[in-house]
Amino acid sequence: MKDLVGIKELSKDVIELILNTALSFKDVLKRDIKKVPALRGKTVVNLFFEPSTRTRTSFELAEKRLSTDVLNFSVPTSSVVKGESLFDTVKTIEAYGVDYIVIRHSSSGVPHFIAGNVNASVINAGDGTNEHPTQALLDAFSIIEKKGSLDGLRIAIVGDILHSRVAKSNIYLLSMFGTNIRLIGPSTLIPDMRQYGVEVFYDMDEGLRDVDAIMMLRIQMERQGKGFFPSTQEYFKNWGLNMGRLKIAKRDAIVMHPGPMNRGVEIASDVADCPQSVILDQVTNGIAVRMAVMYLLSGIKDNG
Amino acid sequence: MPEMTKELLNKKDIERITSRIAHEIIEKNRGTENLCLVGIQRGGVHLAKRLSEKIRAVEHFDIPVGSLDIALYRDDLGIRKEHPAVRKTDIPWDITDKKIILVDDVLFTGRSIRAAMDALMDFGRPAQIQLAVLIDRGHRELPIRADYVGKNIPTSRLESIEVQLEEDGLEDKVLLQTKQ
Repeated sequence: MKDLVGIKELSKDVIELILNTALSFKDVLKRDIKKVPALRGKTVVNLFFEPSTRTRTSFELAEKRLSTDVLNFSVPTSSVVKGESLFDTVKTIEAYGVDYIVIRHSSSGVPHFIAGNVNASVINAGDGTNEHPTQALLDAFSIIEKKGSLDGLRIAIVGDILHSRVAKSNIYLLSMFGTNIRLIGPSTLIPDMRQYGVEVFYDMDEGLRDVDAIMMLRIQMERQGKGFFPSTQEYFKNWGLNMGRLKIAKRDAIVMHPGPMNRGVEIASDVADCPQSVILDQVTNGIAVRMAVMYLLSGIKDNG
Repeated sequence: MPEMTKELLNKKDIERITSRIAHEIIEKNRGTENLCLVGIQRGGVHLAKRLSEKIRAVEHFDIPVGSLDIALYRDDLGIRKEHPAVRKTDIPWDITDKKIILVDDVLFTGRSIRAAMDALMDFGRPAQIQLAVLIDRGHRELPIRADYVGKNIPTSRLESIEVQLEEDGLEDKVLLQTKQ
């Protein structure tokens, strides 16, 4: 396998291999020397056409802990602002002799386009409203860590599903593992994903009943005032996760959030910090999962 | 082309060899003080556990046993088409100033041992590393030799050695396979 462009392109076996391998990398992160020589001499470019601190930092740490050389390429400082085309930018980067390109772009499908045009391994770090595969992998890893497996679990995904690549990747992944998926949010923000066997709830209290995990999504502030929901206050009242609502879920349900959080908009502060919250575990696990992905993508130049 | 398989060691042979190596380890180190065993995944881990049981029977002392996976330290990662599976590394104690007996099933080119030593060094600074192997089949590519050898078996590069152990649900035996 050369690239990781989306969960849709992966088989269940490959996902299991990535998650099992990540377990070993999590052990590496607990050592005094948190670095292994596995990818020594390889070069990675983090190509971010959209602002990101968390995902980029997580990738960068994963890359450094695998002993790769890391180059960061972000839009405001690059020649993209001088009008260079995406294709030329990528071809130039490839001419530097890089082995991996980690890419985030505001348009869906860009990683797929690049993967088909370069020999380097391409990893999708989020493309438009399409997919964010490493986030779904780290979410699955975090759930398995707490619950033992995904099979038969009831998982609620709450918020702006329509614009969320995190939600889409998670839905694709969880639907392969026999998970009962519930989508909760305002009707304006829930797309038709019945083909993945999801249940839709517009009423949050109803949707949270007996769930094992609650995945909160960030409300993108730029969506406010575009008619998707009346106001952030009203959003919090209807679809925000507070302590009272958390009690509707199973007693040992875990609370997840891909970050960055808007406290008081989609999640109450005390919920974010409560013992059931695994939000910081997700951050740690993200590094291990990204290390596993980079290790498993062979990065060999001639295997197309 | 038919494949020829010859049995080199049976269950009894392996039993005798591990007993002897256990005694050699105690003799060479004058007891068990500061000793620990680290098996290389996978065969070496099983053998390390067996050695620790043998040593306990003689010295009435439990030597700590760890497992080491060397996948991330291999020198052929950039050459192989598929990266090897990463198995568990579990060394739950500080190895600094310890005498480590590294255990592997087959010693061949010496490259796995080089990788294992690099991996160990990332965990601390052991006082000493010694090497115990069940089979030494020759063909070294690095200046590495074992301190404890179960059996020396001169082989051709076309042959392969297969160590089967009960811990993996097989009958204890060592086989030599020749492709003709």
